[in-house]
Amino acid sequence: MTDARRGAVSFRGVVKTFGSFTAIPGLDLEIEPGELVTLLGPSGCGKTTTLRMLAGLETPTSGEIAIGGTEVTRLPANRRDVSMVFQSYALFPHMSVARNVAYGLESGGMKPREARAAAIEGLNLVGLTGMADRLPSELSGGQQQRVAVARALVLEPQVLLLDEPLSNLDARLRRRVRTEIRDLQQRLGFTAVYVTHDQEEALAVSDRIVVMREGRIAQQGSPRELYEAPASEFIADFIGEANVLPCEVLSIEGGDASVRVGGATLTLPARDAAPGPAKLAARANAIRLTPGPGPLTGRILSAAYLGDHMEYEVETDLGTLFVVAPEDDNAFGQGSDVALAFRARGLALIA
Amino acid sequence: MTRDNRRLDLLLVAALVFFALLPWYHIRSGFYGFDWVADWAGDARLWPGIAQITRWWLLPVPLLLLGALALRLLRPAGRERGGLLALIGALGLAWMTLEGLSIGLRGWNWSGWLVLFSPVEGQPAFGAGAVGVGLCFAGLIAFGLAERGALKGDAFVLGAITLLVLLVTVFVLYPLASMFAGAFQDFRGAFTTEGVRNNIADPQIWSLRCLNGTGGCGVAWRTLLLALCTATGTTALGLAFALVATRTAMPFKKGLRLLTVLPIITPPFVIGLSLILMFGRAGFVTEFIQDVTGIELGRWLYGLTGIWIAQMLSFTPIAFLILIGVVEGVSPSMEEASQTMRAGRWRTFREVSLPLMAPGLANAFLIGFIESMADFGNPLVLGGSGGVLSTEIFFAVVGAQHDPARAAVLATVLLGFTLSAFLAQRLWLGRRNFATLSGKGDGGRHAKLPTRVAVPVIAIVAAWSVFTIFVYGMIMFGGFVQTWGLDHSLTFDHYARAFSVSFAGGLAWTGVAWNSFWTTMQIALLAAPLTAAVGLLTAWLIVRQNFPGRTVFEFALMLSFAIPGTVIGISYIAAFNLPPIQMTGTALILIFCFVFRNMPVGVRGGVAAMSQLDKSLDEASLTLGASSPRTLFRVILPLLRPAILAALVYSFVRAITSISAVIFLVSAKYNMATAYIVGLVENGEYGVAIAYSSVLIVVMLGVIGVFQLLVGERRLRRGETGGAGTRGARRAATRRTQEVPA
Repeated sequence: MTDARRGAVSFRGVVKTFGSFTAIPGLDLEIEPGELVTLLGPSGCGKTTTLRMLAGLETPTSGEIAIGGTEVTRLPANRRDVSMVFQSYALFPHMSVARNVAYGLESGGMKPREARAAAIEGLNLVGLTGMADRLPSELSGGQQQRVAVARALVLEPQVLLLDEPLSNLDARLRRRVRTEIRDLQQRLGFTAVYVTHDQEEALAVSDRIVVMREGRIAQQGSPRELYEAPASEFIADFIGEANVLPCEVLSIEGGDASVRVGGATLTLPARDAAPGPAKLAARANAIRLTPGPGPLTGRILSAAYLGDHMEYEVETDLGTLFVVAPEDDNAFGQGSDVALAFRARGLALIA
Repeated sequence: MTRDNRRLDLLLVAALVFFALLPWYHIRSGFYGFDWVADWAGDARLWPGIAQITRWWLLPVPLLLLGALALRLLRPAGRERGGLLALIGALGLAWMTLEGLSIGLRGWNWSGWLVLFSPVEGQPAFGAGAVGVGLCFAGLIAFGLAERGALKGDAFVLGAITLLVLLVTVFVLYPLASMFAGAFQDFRGAFTTEGVRNNIADPQIWSLRCLNGTGGCGVAWRTLLLALCTATGTTALGLAFALVATRTAMPFKKGLRLLTVLPIITPPFVIGLSLILMFGRAGFVTEFIQDVTGIELGRWLYGLTGIWIAQMLSFTPIAFLILIGVVEGVSPSMEEASQTMRAGRWRTFREVSLPLMAPGLANAFLIGFIESMADFGNPLVLGGSGGVLSTEIFFAVVGAQHDPARAAVLATVLLGFTLSAFLAQRLWLGRRNFATLSGKGDGGRHAKLPTRVAVPVIAIVAAWSVFTIFVYGMIMFGGFVQTWGLDHSLTFDHYARAFSVSFAGGLAWTGVAWNSFWTTMQIALLAAPLTAAVGLLTAWLIVRQNFPGRTVFEFALMLSFAIPGTVIGISYIAAFNLPPIQMTGTALILIFCFVFRNMPVGVRGGVAAMSQLDKSLDEASLTLGASSPRTLFRVILPLLRPAILAALVYSFVRAITSISAVIFLVSAKYNMATAYIVGLVENGEYGVAIAYSSVLIVVMLGVIGVFQLLVGERRLRRGETGGAGTRGARRAATRRTQEVPA
């Protein structure tokens, strides 16, 4: 039964091939109304294709897509109740800001005068009061981005699609704009599908993250679930650059597992692990370096000073580990011998 | 799905009007005069299709239309109905093609049909009603496919594709096919290979006797030799000009760019005329040399040498235009990289710059080759007794020998040469595309030419520039002297004869040139917007729409660029002189000829400009709820204004200057300026011919100037910072304004 509520999205067995290349071998995904779902993955994982199929810019080879309970699989883009913010913003350079925002309304048959009023209201919403008659080229990158959002939002679509909307902004602006987008979405309560390859961005804005790999969903869940309980080495590595170490589960008692890694023994949430060899995902900041000898030792291969923290590459018996340590008096130089210990947080067993 | 039904209703109503009201058959006196309205009911030749139904072969047409109507009334819109509608459309078109080609003015066209069927009465060519119904069938195909969900059910895109395929079939492929068919028919229309057999092995075409010195070579070899020489020469000279313009400190080099405008505005035989005035038997240079040295120079100018010089003058600017882009396209950072690696200027030039330009040089060579092959004006004026293929084709049709089979064979040979060159270049080029011009701002400056290259190159360029200026000066001057070579006293007589106006009893255009001048202007003005529209629509489909067969479609279009005008001319005669489509002697055939001859350039310009528009602009428009025509008209076309203007100017000017195809298609009623001037030249009236040509050049310069002003005023932005989505558009804009269409 498809979810008939306004703003609900469902992909059922969607397949997309380009010639002999299969971009999406089979996708099932349900999105709740009012949810902000991020499609996250490395380039070529099919996240943008998925978004474009939802927009109607690509047609699935097979399968079904429904928006608000209505099947839209073969409906062209201009007849779908969605709108999209493009990576390049795609503002029409020959139209003023207000005409850009009013364009969609006029396409829907609204009178130019009303469309302009609605457009100006939409511009107010994104904090661009008084910019209505400028050309897009007269705005800064961040302002252009907001025009693109306003242009998509004034249509009050069931679903707003955002295709890497922040990738053309510099790092500082990116943080601010993503907060603004999240605020708007929370305030207005629309469904949003957000594509990005930046895991930090995904963690910051999402209700739910769908990590994709080679056209399939590798794992989905809340940002916290994905970060703290990655289902695979790929997820652990992709979200938060974890070190993945070989380990051995010695025993399981209740929900806790006793795990041996290197010379150390740790107690961790067992999840689905069974006794025997396993893998441990250890965040870079979950590893502590001390000077003295210990159960697990290593040698500093490289050390980089980054102001508030240090980054080390440490060679150990378990492989080369990436460690982030707070900058303090205990900085190690290249070639120093160190002992490694694990903090309680930031570790997860991977089945 | 109400919109499926609504557009289908409109189409069916249109089909009804065409079938039940408009004359089905061609009207001799012309449809647009609307003289026929008065006699419409009384004259059986003017009756609409519904009243012509006694001709049994028309019966399937109303039956198919009724079938479509029944589907509309009885079936809901959907995949099934769409498929059936498309089938009806295809059947309708196929049937009309079959009956139109089979039954001519005097009954069956091919005797083979007589064996199977009883004799039929003849029928005239298709008229307004038949053409309209045919278009409605094409519409049924498009709408039917849209209902089936093809191309996301976009009826506009499907309609555009169907229409273009139909047009290209009728106006490019059908004429070529008719020409080949014509080679195998005797004058009664029966199949025969006699004409082809006689001509294909004709020593006049293929003889190689000049190699061992026992006679002249065949016209095919001479044309090939000329084309190779012209292509080599223009490429080398064009490269020299391009290098001077971009990489030396030569003074006046900005003025060199003006040269690129010349070939576009020069009627094709004018250079030849000017050369005659200088180097002909009575030319002043000839006489001067004879006076000084006493050597009798004679008629050396007439023949391949003269044609070659004229073609060098005519086509070097085209090569220059192409190569200036190529030379500028070599990224300066490549050359700077080479220099930082201890390579001197000479080594950098030889091993980096030149190889990077190789594909561009090949392109310039190909254009020179094809232009030379297709050139008709210069050989006509300077060919003397030894012509080239394009002129031989002309004389085979209009001359005393009137031998359509020979013309067809010669045209095939010519077409074979140009298409082989085109295909060879495509194969060689393959993916060898070193276009180093990237979207990113490329800092750095082009290396100056090494001295050992710069000195000779500047010398050659300066000499050739002076020669070119001299030749054009001669054109302007020649119109003002009494009789060239005999009486050099200044006079306005030639201008007066051509362009006099009388005010006695109201304004009267008494000059001999006015008639063809106004016809030319009208036809050029009608053809230009159509050419631009068809060209840009095609470009839009090629760049922005993904449909099956797109690459084939694009390739066929680019191929049509390699069809020489002479071949188009005789193929149009072969195709449109008899039913089912009869247009010879009308203005329509000239317009269609211009549209499909100049369209490839519009397509290329449109493709180039559109590729630089970020595709997400279209997609944004679509996701904002705009339909594809709305996207095209509100977003794409406004951003393509420079490309539109360039296409308009180009097609307008080419319609005025072209001769090769036109000379076959003009009639007493619709005579074009160039054809008229050729007539003047043939009668030896050089003065008037030159005066007329000068006026054309000035008029076209004016037109180009006006259009340049319009393009130059295009402003997308007041500030300087461009958004990411708009950068491409601005690049396209700035580039276009510098670019004169090739």
